[in-house]
Amino acid sequence: MALDKIDPPPSSALRRRLLQGMAALPAAALVPPLLPHAARAAGPATAAVNSTGLAVTDDAVTVGILHSISGTMAISETGSVEAEKLAIAQINAEGGVLGRKINFIQEDGASDWPTFAEKAKKLLVKDKCAAVFGCWTSASRKAVLPVFEQYNGMLYYPTFYEGLEQSKNVIYTGQEATQQIIAGLDWVTKEKGAKTFYLLGSDYIWPRTSNKIARKHIENHMKGTRVVGEDYFPLGHTQFNSVINKMKLVKPDVIYAIIVGGSNVAFYKQLKAAGIDLSKQTLMTISVTEDEILGIGGENIAGAYACMKYFQSLQNPNNAKFVPAFKQMWGEKSVIGDVTQAAYLGPWLWKLTAEKAQSFDIDKIAAASPGVEFKGAPEGYVRIHPNHHLWSKTRVGRARTDGQYDVIYETAGLMEPNPFPVGYQ
Amino acid sequence: MFMGYSFGDLGSILAMQGFAGLVLFSVFVLMALGLAIIFGQMGVINMAHGEFMILGAYVTYLCSRLFAAYLPGAFAFYFFLAIILAFCASGLLGMAVEWALIRHLYKRPLDTLLATWGLSLILQQVYRSVFGAREVGVELPGWMMGSTHLSEQIEIPINGLIVMALTTLITLAVYLLIFRAGWGRQVRAVTQNRAMASAVGIDTERVDRLTYGLGCGIAGIAGSAFTMIGSTSPTAGQLYIVDTFLVVVFGGAQSLIGTIASAFTISQARSTMEFFLSGSMAQVLVLLSVVGILMLRPQGLFVLKVRR
Repeated sequence: MALDKIDPPPSSALRRRLLQGMAALPAAALVPPLLPHAARAAGPATAAVNSTGLAVTDDAVTVGILHSISGTMAISETGSVEAEKLAIAQINAEGGVLGRKINFIQEDGASDWPTFAEKAKKLLVKDKCAAVFGCWTSASRKAVLPVFEQYNGMLYYPTFYEGLEQSKNVIYTGQEATQQIIAGLDWVTKEKGAKTFYLLGSDYIWPRTSNKIARKHIENHMKGTRVVGEDYFPLGHTQFNSVINKMKLVKPDVIYAIIVGGSNVAFYKQLKAAGIDLSKQTLMTISVTEDEILGIGGENIAGAYACMKYFQSLQNPNNAKFVPAFKQMWGEKSVIGDVTQAAYLGPWLWKLTAEKAQSFDIDKIAAASPGVEFKGAPEGYVRIHPNHHLWSKTRVGRARTDGQYDVIYETAGLMEPNPFPVGYQ
Repeated sequence: MFMGYSFGDLGSILAMQGFAGLVLFSVFVLMALGLAIIFGQMGVINMAHGEFMILGAYVTYLCSRLFAAYLPGAFAFYFFLAIILAFCASGLLGMAVEWALIRHLYKRPLDTLLATWGLSLILQQVYRSVFGAREVGVELPGWMMGSTHLSEQIEIPINGLIVMALTTLITLAVYLLIFRAGWGRQVRAVTQNRAMASAVGIDTERVDRLTYGLGCGIAGIAGSAFTMIGSTSPTAGQLYIVDTFLVVVFGGAQSLIGTIASAFTISQARSTMEFFLSGSMAQVLVLLSVVGILMLRPQGLFVLKVRR
């Protein structure tokens, strides 16, 4: 594929152009009455915006959506798919990107990391997608990263994650760990006078790295605070009575929980059953969004604090438009968690970047990304940092019995993304 | 580790930790009983056991929704009906599966492993299509959540008590059914010598179907009970399947007593070690010791003499 730039295979390029022409002819004859010219401002010429053979025509551009819609991770990734489709639909309704309508090709990563890599390659090599919105777990991102770097694609990755990564070919629309963790710890220490912390997590890279950052911050950067326990559980662990007893003995001021998946449900149900009252015991989590509460049950987690950048209950004009639009498209009962909102940012940021660069070329998009700001973000306002992460505010929410959060604190300014935090490794 | 804690603290923690071990024991028995019946009595390795459990959980979920919508007055007690319905649903599905799938594979025990594994994937996708990929929250009556205070420090989770009671009840019922009732005699006769049992007039096909149905039905009850302590999602059954097999294999596949003994050993070991070590380390040590013991006693803790 690297040869492509030097010597593009003439037959396929020619055939594509011919096919496009053939496809456009009947469309040109039939569509004009249905598609008023004003709806789609005429964009710049295709040759000008696409010099590397991406799937861009005179009136359409193709992108990819790559999430798990089957397997374990479907639970989490469904919301992201919905948000990305909503964003694409809204962008198209506003006239598309550079005068071109966005078409998407959706692939299923099936909760299997090699499948993610294979589908990513398909989206880039066969479909020539101009951008791909996708992945959820760090494992899937790590699996596709070499593919995106080798074939020079652009990935918009929505999940809050552990950091320690930066790539020309990825825009990270979720928070990296220090953004999410530090503000929350500072808040809970100041507001609750917390001195002792008990760190819990599922046993894989994100909770371990995040708790490492939390521990460094508690021990080295705040005064008079210490960690009194740290425990990890295999993914899918369902029995938490022993650790709950351990915490009863140690009596930490704050339980800091980064438990994921089905374990989450078991943990909060058993916590409640063991008589730990979250209105008295401070518990802070960075892994429970509104999506997870659907499974946990609001009554089991009410009173817990979550620290992330977005909550569905957030009050601002952008969110007041976003939430009803999401519900109208995906049903009144759907809820929107932090990652879902971050996934929604992906297509918009890509559109804004393409318009800034006046091109779909990956290299130009990557170069134009730093400084791109999205004022219509449901979370308020975001801006892309030169390290391809987002400047964003961090917020603390308190879980209500109805499964929503009350937002009770937000940082005064935007938190700077710092994927390689010095002093936290 | 124990520096700085008063005797009162330690005493109450010991009591609660002991109780946590007993709850875990009950959970393991409940999970493993259905599998042990099918594995032990029929020699079928039922990889779809977890999915039968989740069917029970979904039945409970549907019940809670129905009661909340139409019979809010009786909501406090819907759980008992849900358990019975879960048993029926999983049991009937089990019998249907036995009829359609398993009975063709009795002569090929390893193929049943593949077939039931395939079945588990199919069921997962069915749940995903019907109930959605997301976890569903099963709302429980208020009296089932929370804890009773025995003293100022000792708190006993009520759902733990319910699981223990349920396990005792079902174990007792299974014991009576297999070892005291006429039907159980037939089941044991078929296990010991299928040809001879058939020759004396036992309808072995019917016995097989009912045994499989019973095993799956108990899985349904377990799933229903676990809505109190765990999650309900299409793939949640997978969370239990490893522990379940561990208990059954460690106990000796043919023996219900063995299953109970092994559930007790594993649960006590796990809950004690989790208290002193982290959850992951406890898991590793338990698995290592089980592997070690199985190397010395490949047939498991308890063995019944069976004639093939």
